[in-house]
Amino acid sequence: MRQTKQRVLPVMLSPVKRICEERFQLRAWHGLALATIALLASIPVLAQTDPTRASIFDVLVRWMPLLLEGFVFNIIISISAMGIGTIAGAALGLGQISLNKWVRKPAWLITQFFRNAPWLVLLFFAMFLLPFEIHIGSLTIPLPDWLKAMVGLSLPVMANVSEIVRGAVVSLPSGQWEAAESLAFSRTQTLWQIILPQCIKRMLPPWMNLYSILTMATVLASVVGVSEVMTLTGQALAAEGGRSDLLLPFYSFVLLLFFVYCYPIARWTVHMEKKFAVIN
Amino acid sequence: MEVFYEWARLLYETTGINLPFIYDSYDRARMLDGFFMTIKLSVTCLFFSVIIGVIGAFLQNSPLKWTRRIVNVYIQLFRNTPPLVQLYFFYFAIGTLLPKVTNEYGGQEPLLGGFAWAVISLSCYAGAYNVEIFRSGIEAVPDSTIEAAEALGFSRFNIFKDITLPLAIRVSLPALNNNLVNLVKTTTLAYAIAVPEMLYEANQIWSDNVNVTEMMVFMLLVYFVLVGILVWGMNKWEKALKIPGFGA
Amino acid sequence: MSWSDDQPMVSIKDLHKSFGDLEVLQGVSLDVMKGEVICIIGPSGSGKSTLIRCINALNDIQQGSIMVEGQEVNDPHLNKLELRKKVGMVFQQYNLFPHKTALQNIMMAPLSVLKSDPVEVEELARRLIKKVRLEGKEESYPGELSGGQQQRVAIARSLAMNPDVMLFDEVTAALDPETVNEVLSTIKDLAHDGMTCLLVTHEMGFAREVADHIYFTDRGVIVEHGPPAIFFDNAKDPRTVEFLGQILS
Repeated sequence: MRQTKQRVLPVMLSPVKRICEERFQLRAWHGLALATIALLASIPVLAQTDPTRASIFDVLVRWMPLLLEGFVFNIIISISAMGIGTIAGAALGLGQISLNKWVRKPAWLITQFFRNAPWLVLLFFAMFLLPFEIHIGSLTIPLPDWLKAMVGLSLPVMANVSEIVRGAVVSLPSGQWEAAESLAFSRTQTLWQIILPQCIKRMLPPWMNLYSILTMATVLASVVGVSEVMTLTGQALAAEGGRSDLLLPFYSFVLLLFFVYCYPIARWTVHMEKKFAVIN
Repeated sequence: MEVFYEWARLLYETTGINLPFIYDSYDRARMLDGFFMTIKLSVTCLFFSVIIGVIGAFLQNSPLKWTRRIVNVYIQLFRNTPPLVQLYFFYFAIGTLLPKVTNEYGGQEPLLGGFAWAVISLSCYAGAYNVEIFRSGIEAVPDSTIEAAEALGFSRFNIFKDITLPLAIRVSLPALNNNLVNLVKTTTLAYAIAVPEMLYEANQIWSDNVNVTEMMVFMLLVYFVLVGILVWGMNKWEKALKIPGFGA
Repeated sequence: MSWSDDQPMVSIKDLHKSFGDLEVLQGVSLDVMKGEVICIIGPSGSGKSTLIRCINALNDIQQGSIMVEGQEVNDPHLNKLELRKKVGMVFQQYNLFPHKTALQNIMMAPLSVLKSDPVEVEELARRLIKKVRLEGKEESYPGELSGGQQQRVAIARSLAMNPDVMLFDEVTAALDPETVNEVLSTIKDLAHDGMTCLLVTHEMGFAREVADHIYFTDRGVIVEHGPPAIFFDNAKDPRTVEFLGQILS
């Protein structure tokens, strides 16, 4: 008997393998590997240059302490701006849920205004419009550039924290408010004893994410002349005579610094989101 | 229109509020150029970043281990480093490595100008976020729907194109909206590599006219309005695409 | 205004309530005497939950009057906090505070609102936990308790405020059939102890056994009412008969 050619129906095909849930976890050492690769990639360029010129590694190592100092300054700016912004933003956020419309509407307007503005424009805003010194009575307090940059950066932080707070409060089921009301809790009591404690957990991941974004935004201060890691990099490159083969390694190094600082924060944020999702 | 310009000049003379970008034709032209450059930057970057996002999301589901790894490295690198430094990296570091071309005057100029590098850098930056956004959109499509499609004999590519993508887009729209707003705000970074967008032109104007306060307030207002219009438009689009019973 | 035991504890007269254009309650009147157990039954959308929520001012009303122990609820100057000390409410979704233990949930309101002595409040809370038969669960968080257990904690929490009237809004609707009985027997105990209760419920067996009076609502009006014996066996209005036919079959 002749064998008829078997037609394979789709239902008999083996299923497309479902991609396993385990996703590749980037480790910090991968970043180091990438940076090394980038630096090694500059070697061919180096190989053609004058052997009397210092090697790229030597130059980088020589400037590293200064750049690291500059980076620490970035971190200081980010922590301070985060502190100021969080306090102001929390107040603004609570204002947005106020029952008094004379508090609520201005709070909403301020939040939207500073959320919609580009961070660089707000930075310019603070740098140019804040005076270079303030007089309180007979006391004259100078306002250095970095302080103005800190204020400038705390403005968008304030607006975003305000939204985070409002979002967290609104995300709680209305049943919580009703139960508290039925037990004769006043609105203030309900807010501070029942609603806000539950919101803290929800606010933490987006707040950490905001901090990461803020840290990366501190380099904007270099555009307005504040001395931080980017400005120092520019100065270092200029001091080395504007060698074009140094550009890739130096900028890679700065990228690496931020990556090493911000990536763990991002991972921790993801971890926290998962943890809090389970409890809720 | 002339009346409006004259009103602005009058305003300057009486109150000292100087708005040269209204009454002065040169400054007006500069401001408009800057505005359109910002729009051009935003639209171009949006276009490319969405493409990067879609391709990246598709590749993230690839059965090949190294494809997935490369996409994840790309995302983590671009999300955890400052966009300004990325911009400098592209423009200065990579830009000087590329060959130079002779322009029409016989001089040497880099192959890609500030605008091009800004587009490349910002698209990669926004694209990295878009990959994550599309990924969560794709994950929101129920497995059972995909299995039904597989049972009907759809190829992986067709499933993605006809079933996953339309549904994923609807779920991702709010986050995409947010990302678009951020993109428009991030175009101001191009200032740092002398791309003549709005902030750059505003800077030029206030350097000439010493009216920083007015320019700053104007900039804040313009972005406020621009973003407001964008958000309104995206909300309308979200509503138009809404499928009853699916999604939030 | 003084109020005495021989007057209705809760007196609702011609209550009208709308949500926007939709009139949910179209003239409802009922009286509840002290110690009575009232069950309100009816199809969904008939306004039963809205009615209950108006009593403790969770919803405002457009027209009509609600008097609780002589205090008018439909009064713009109403002291809501004072009203809610007299009226306790238990919800379908329990609404326990997830970040506090069972004991803390019960203790919170007397401590913060009534400013009672902490030692006394803790004693009271432990007594109430025993009363709702949840000894051993004082330190558990709501997330660790079953639906029926959470609902009983919710009942204890409302009781801690020592209310005069308890409102129950479909409190067993979200529970598994096995756990419904543990909650119902808790409510039955309360009723036997003399608490005035208003229940919105679908549990006909419970209503027949425990209620003093049953009200049937449909599309915002009270269609028929009566004591269980008369109501279940001799319903007159065709809508009531139809509803009972569907529910009891």
